[in-house]
Amino acid sequence: MNRESIFKKVAFSSATLILVMLASIFVMLFISAKPAMQEYGWHFLVDSSWGKTIEVKSDKPLATQKSTTKKTINDENLFANEDSAIIPLSDGGIEDSGQPKNTITKIIYGGFIPIIGTILSTLIAMAFAVPIAMGISIFLSEIAPKFLIKPVGLAIELLAAIPSIIYGMWGLFYFAPIVQDIFGGDQISLLTAGLVLGIMILPFMAAITRDAMNTTPSVLKESAYSLGATKFEVVKDVIFPYAKVGIIGSVILSLGRALGETMAVAFLIGSVFKIPGSLTNPTISIPVVLANNFGEASGNMMSALFYLAFVLFVFSFIIIGTAKFYFLRKHR
Amino acid sequence: MKRLIINKIALSLSVLSALIGLVFLAWILVTLFSKGINSLSFSLFTQDLINGGLRNLIFGQFLMALIATIIGVPLGMMAGIYLREYGHGKYANIIRDLSDIMMSAPSIIIGSFVFVLIVEPFGSINGWAGSIALTIMLIPIVVSTTDNMLSLVPKELREAGIALGGGKHQVILSIILKAARVGLMTGILLGFARIIGETAPLLFTSGTNSFWTTDLNNAFPSLTVSIYNLANFPTDKARDLAWAASFILTMIVLFINIVGRFFTRDKG
Repeated sequence: MNRESIFKKVAFSSATLILVMLASIFVMLFISAKPAMQEYGWHFLVDSSWGKTIEVKSDKPLATQKSTTKKTINDENLFANEDSAIIPLSDGGIEDSGQPKNTITKIIYGGFIPIIGTILSTLIAMAFAVPIAMGISIFLSEIAPKFLIKPVGLAIELLAAIPSIIYGMWGLFYFAPIVQDIFGGDQISLLTAGLVLGIMILPFMAAITRDAMNTTPSVLKESAYSLGATKFEVVKDVIFPYAKVGIIGSVILSLGRALGETMAVAFLIGSVFKIPGSLTNPTISIPVVLANNFGEASGNMMSALFYLAFVLFVFSFIIIGTAKFYFLRKHR
Repeated sequence: MKRLIINKIALSLSVLSALIGLVFLAWILVTLFSKGINSLSFSLFTQDLINGGLRNLIFGQFLMALIATIIGVPLGMMAGIYLREYGHGKYANIIRDLSDIMMSAPSIIIGSFVFVLIVEPFGSINGWAGSIALTIMLIPIVVSTTDNMLSLVPKELREAGIALGGGKHQVILSIILKAARVGLMTGILLGFARIIGETAPLLFTSGTNSFWTTDLNNAFPSLTVSIYNLANFPTDKARDLAWAASFILTMIVLFINIVGRFFTRDKG
């Protein structure tokens, strides 16, 4: 084999590695989540109990129950089903039918609260960030005097590079008390988490929205100005229609970012499994559940965590994919 | 007249929202600087976390990001070269799209993937797992940079190289990569700056470590993971340390970003 074909093969394999990585993320998460998927099914997505102990009455005799449990363990050897135990009722004795009565205590895990927490915190973040990001990008593309465009643009880009953990820490110590003063409720809450998340994605969203707006050819803008259009009319009737697809794509891409963000939210959302009664109550989101519980989880809980990870992965894949392919498709 | 008033109102709203955004962002930076500089001291760089310093954490974070760069850059560049120079069909487009998606995938997902892939078989968190998680984050960034930068190299250079009798791989290695080297360097620097500030993929892959260690088979010191732990620790001393660490981390990230941008501006 000559060098040329070796080089080409190495390049091809490296490109294929991307496909392999993405496919194995999908498969590995799916396999790890499978025990929870079998145990809880689709109901997992709407079940709001996490770590709740329930007793399941069983009509089957003890012996049969044991053997089926064993069978499931063998089937799901990745995560042994150690959360459920069979406790025969001591006072139950023998029933009329002559069958021994028994119950199983089970700890059930449902993903509803983190799913809702993720969706709500992302929505708050978007409600805060979209108008401001639009303002910044309109400012940068049409209003700002020339000497401001570069430094402000650079500042926005640098801010987008600051690690999200910094935003989270600032939010916890400086922003949360102020939010509490204004809105009442708890310092650590869905609202604070959503707002800090919004502040975090703001520079990213502003930078890519500005890039989308800047694709408008200046000939179009100039001809509108020469017809006597005001700046606002140029933005509304020329830039927005022209760059609409790119702007929507940028917003959706930022939404994908916000959905999977861990650190900016982890400090602020409160990490309690509770449906927030109001915006100022604490709750939890999927990335934060993963961040806080992965280390010490096992058995069904571990599998439930992977179920959540799988849900998050599929959702962000769809959202980011939509943004990139439908709205931000590059010309090749 | 009405049009002009609407214009004024709309533009003022736009300027106002820009101001609000910038005020928030300035507030964060000012807080970070004032808290960070106050908590900064020379001993942070000579002591390990166990003695109230950050030396081992900075070293650990750098080392993991460096290993990720050493593994990820060649792989990502080769993949990018394939996409731009060899693959012109559907397959290359699919890979390009998937790589783009991976670039924005939640980093905590990468962490949980590496957890199944390495931490579970290995039995405990370790520095290699952290490095691999960062590698997976870096590869799509390098792929996209390489792909974009190579597309800027004029076709004539490729033709001239082939006319000189070079094989395609020689033309790529000695002409095209050289022509694109400034852009590639910038992209790699920005990628490095991105992964060195990551926390989520390290939480349950490398974890962190209070002691000085160079053994990647153990829990490995991570600056970002320690910031998370320290900030949640209810003593002022721990919080001050967290601020100092955040300040140092931000300085590193901003410095690399500015250096990277300086390169590209230099070129034009």
